[in-house]
Amino acid sequence: MNKLTIADYPLAETRPDQVKGNRGKTLAEITLDAVIEGSVTMEDLRITPQALHNQAEIARAAGRPTLALNFERGAELVEVPQDVIMAAYELLRPGRATSKRQLLDAARNMRETYKAERIACFIEEAAFTYEERGLFSFRF
Amino acid sequence: MTETPNRWKRYADWDERPLRLDKFAVEDAANGFSAFSSPADPKPGIEIAGGRIASMDGVLEHDFDMIDRFIATHHIDPAIAPEAMAMDSREVARMLVDMNVPRQTLVKLAHGMTPAKLASVVSHLNALEIVFAYSKMRARKTPGNQAHVTNAKDDPLQLAADAATAVAFGFDEIETTMRVSRNAWSNAVACAVGGSVGRWGTLFQCSSEEAEELRIGMAGFTSYAETVSVYGTEKTFIDGDDTPWSKAFLAAAYASRGIKMRCTSGAGSELLMGFHESKSLLYLEARCLCLQRGMGVQGTQNGGIDGAPLTATIPGGVRELMAENLIAVWLDLECASGNDARSTESEIRVGAKILPFLIAGSDLICSGFGSILKYDNSFNPSLLNGEELEDYLVLQRDFEADGGLTPLPESRALDLRARAVEALSAVYEDLGLATPTKDMKQSVVVGSGSEDTRSFLPRDVALISEAIKERGIAVTDVIKALAKRGFREEAENLLNVVKLRVSGDYLQTSAMIRNGKIVSAINDPNDYLGPGSGYRVSESRRLELNGIRDVLDQKEVLRSEAMHEKDEAKRIRYRALGAAKQGTDASDIVIGISPAFGLKLFQTTGGHRLSEVLAVVTGAIVKRGLKPRIVRFGHTADTSFLGLSAARLAGSGIGIGLQAKGTAVIHQRDRLPHNNLELFSNAPITRLEHYRGLGSNAAAYALSEMPEPVVVPTRGEAMGSRYHARTALIYAIETGLTQEGAAPEEIGVTFTVAKS
Repeated sequence: MNKLTIADYPLAETRPDQVKGNRGKTLAEITLDAVIEGSVTMEDLRITPQALHNQAEIARAAGRPTLALNFERGAELVEVPQDVIMAAYELLRPGRATSKRQLLDAARNMRETYKAERIACFIEEAAFTYEERGLFSFRF
Repeated sequence: MTETPNRWKRYADWDERPLRLDKFAVEDAANGFSAFSSPADPKPGIEIAGGRIASMDGVLEHDFDMIDRFIATHHIDPAIAPEAMAMDSREVARMLVDMNVPRQTLVKLAHGMTPAKLASVVSHLNALEIVFAYSKMRARKTPGNQAHVTNAKDDPLQLAADAATAVAFGFDEIETTMRVSRNAWSNAVACAVGGSVGRWGTLFQCSSEEAEELRIGMAGFTSYAETVSVYGTEKTFIDGDDTPWSKAFLAAAYASRGIKMRCTSGAGSELLMGFHESKSLLYLEARCLCLQRGMGVQGTQNGGIDGAPLTATIPGGVRELMAENLIAVWLDLECASGNDARSTESEIRVGAKILPFLIAGSDLICSGFGSILKYDNSFNPSLLNGEELEDYLVLQRDFEADGGLTPLPESRALDLRARAVEALSAVYEDLGLATPTKDMKQSVVVGSGSEDTRSFLPRDVALISEAIKERGIAVTDVIKALAKRGFREEAENLLNVVKLRVSGDYLQTSAMIRNGKIVSAINDPNDYLGPGSGYRVSESRRLELNGIRDVLDQKEVLRSEAMHEKDEAKRIRYRALGAAKQGTDASDIVIGISPAFGLKLFQTTGGHRLSEVLAVVTGAIVKRGLKPRIVRFGHTADTSFLGLSAARLAGSGIGIGLQAKGTAVIHQRDRLPHNNLELFSNAPITRLEHYRGLGSNAAAYALSEMPEPVVVPTRGEAMGSRYHARTALIYAIETGLTQEGAAPEEIGVTFTVAKS
């Protein structure tokens, strides 16, 4: 498939049949009646890694490479459970990790358990910077 | 003996102005009180070696702090930096205000610019140039606006009603927060439901603790987040309990949940938090903004945030706030351009602060216009609040500038509030959360603020909120409850907002929803290239902006006069007695009335019946033993000429000119038209006693006396703004009856009821 361009935007309007929720339901299938009868749940209203990759392509085509990278990091986190995300966030806050090792372990977990390569690199980058800047000190 | 104070009393007057409640600080760069430049600011510069940034803004890579490191790694494009950094800052500043240089060219250059470079460029622009450049550089073409919806009791019924009202006024986003943090879930449900009344597409945020906010988002109640703060010094960042990496991670987490997000930064935060490094506000803010672009967030809530009141105490502070907003849009970030902190007690400073953004347009002109009353604003009062909302609507109309809002008819507001309150009550009942009484609901529907309501109190709300959280109630449960209880339209509207996250289209830069469609910097890019391009107010939008309430037209004036016509018919009779004759009796004073006097117009703009005015004027003349004679002129409606023509007909040589709207003059036969004896030009504040004095003085002049002129005291009211529209319409009725060469007519007047 060719890369998406800004002409393909917004995808919900240009190709509604290809925009799908987490369990494969199209936008047309996500109706009020389906919600009422219970065939559409919160699961169907979640964004997918594919949707984020599509938006990343569009962002890049629009000249916004950093936004695209954020969408790509986001795509890697879609399948990561909320508590794991919150634990990683917490660990990235100042003084939470008391050694570089803790962050590197978190990065490895992201890489190995969730195939989140970009996120893993990002956490590693933080680990090196925090070490340089002396952030692994206990904050009372 | 009273002592004469050795002080010009004007200073005492000024002491009483609201302005004097504002405190101002001296410029003091060493202590962080400097808007645009400080000796501690670095000189712009970059060295790139082997594709790596070896130094930036005078700091070697080895010495980079966290913020330098993040910017060098994630913001600076080494392919563009050498060219961009080599350009003369003044030359780039000129490009920013050159309508022939496309926005895209400048956006690209910014990818290669360091914080010090960006700050040095915009420092070359004066306030007007900053505003112009902002208008050219903002990412999305169509301007929008955001509202705060909160109240002092965290009352969910009021939140629902106020959310519905904000949506109806046209806010593209609404943002809530709580007095009591555990009330977050109740606030979220209330605003989500209220925001679904009337139309769909208003994005909603519930500002709370980071982890809680993300959980509320995952439950589907909210659609965006913006309180992800970043700071311009390392120590401030750490004191804020985050790092650029933790915040960037959060940005990715929001994307992974399909929730729109922007960061927040604004001048003064480092100064407030005590770690400013003696740097200027602008330089620190440029760092914040480069960070944000590096993090990959689509936008920023920037300038005029919590630090704005402090920034506004510093010389050039308000210009600095605009300058940092300019850097934000130049970096291609969606800009919710602050204006959400009440930075002054002076209404003049409030108006002056908002105007540049209103005329330039902005993705979100306010990043929280207080749609509620000041005391109900749980974020602290906004620059503009519920109290001043109509002032803002009028500013839009004055400048034909689209501030994102549309006037709302009173009856429609009431209907929407009632609907929102009923919808939320139905949801709370259906989910077994609460059962609001009729009295609670009614007090909220009609209440202007929480002081007027008899509804839920914060403790009641805490119980509701904790139940929502503990039971894991999600937006789909609320949608079902709405549909089940007959609020199908609201259920559809709410579902549509949640569905946005499936495609993620609204995660792109500057996305908002208009008429059920996504409008963002991608499909609605700002294409300003001079007059005729960029955002223009369409004719249909102009008519919407014009639709403020209580506007006058000629029909309205005639309708109001017709009401008084009946009343006057009971009090006075005018009889036409044929052509007016030249008076010969020295006791003869002529009162020249205007063409529509008592025929089409029946009261002065001061609200006095014309019968009463005539009665007191003639009565005063009679009292001096002279003879008043009434003549209607048809050749002119002008007060001076009415007076002069009357004087020429009068045997005494003294005449009074009297327009129906109440303007009056005493004239003398041989004077120049505008060189009268006495004039009452402020009819709206002219009272009967003044007209009585006018009659009395006319008689005195006729008796060759030199009376004390009657002075109508004014307190400096803006007479023109209050009355000129009505006056012009009334006067047109007068002039419509004038006829070239029409002869003056003698009028007999009979007062048919007791004079007042």
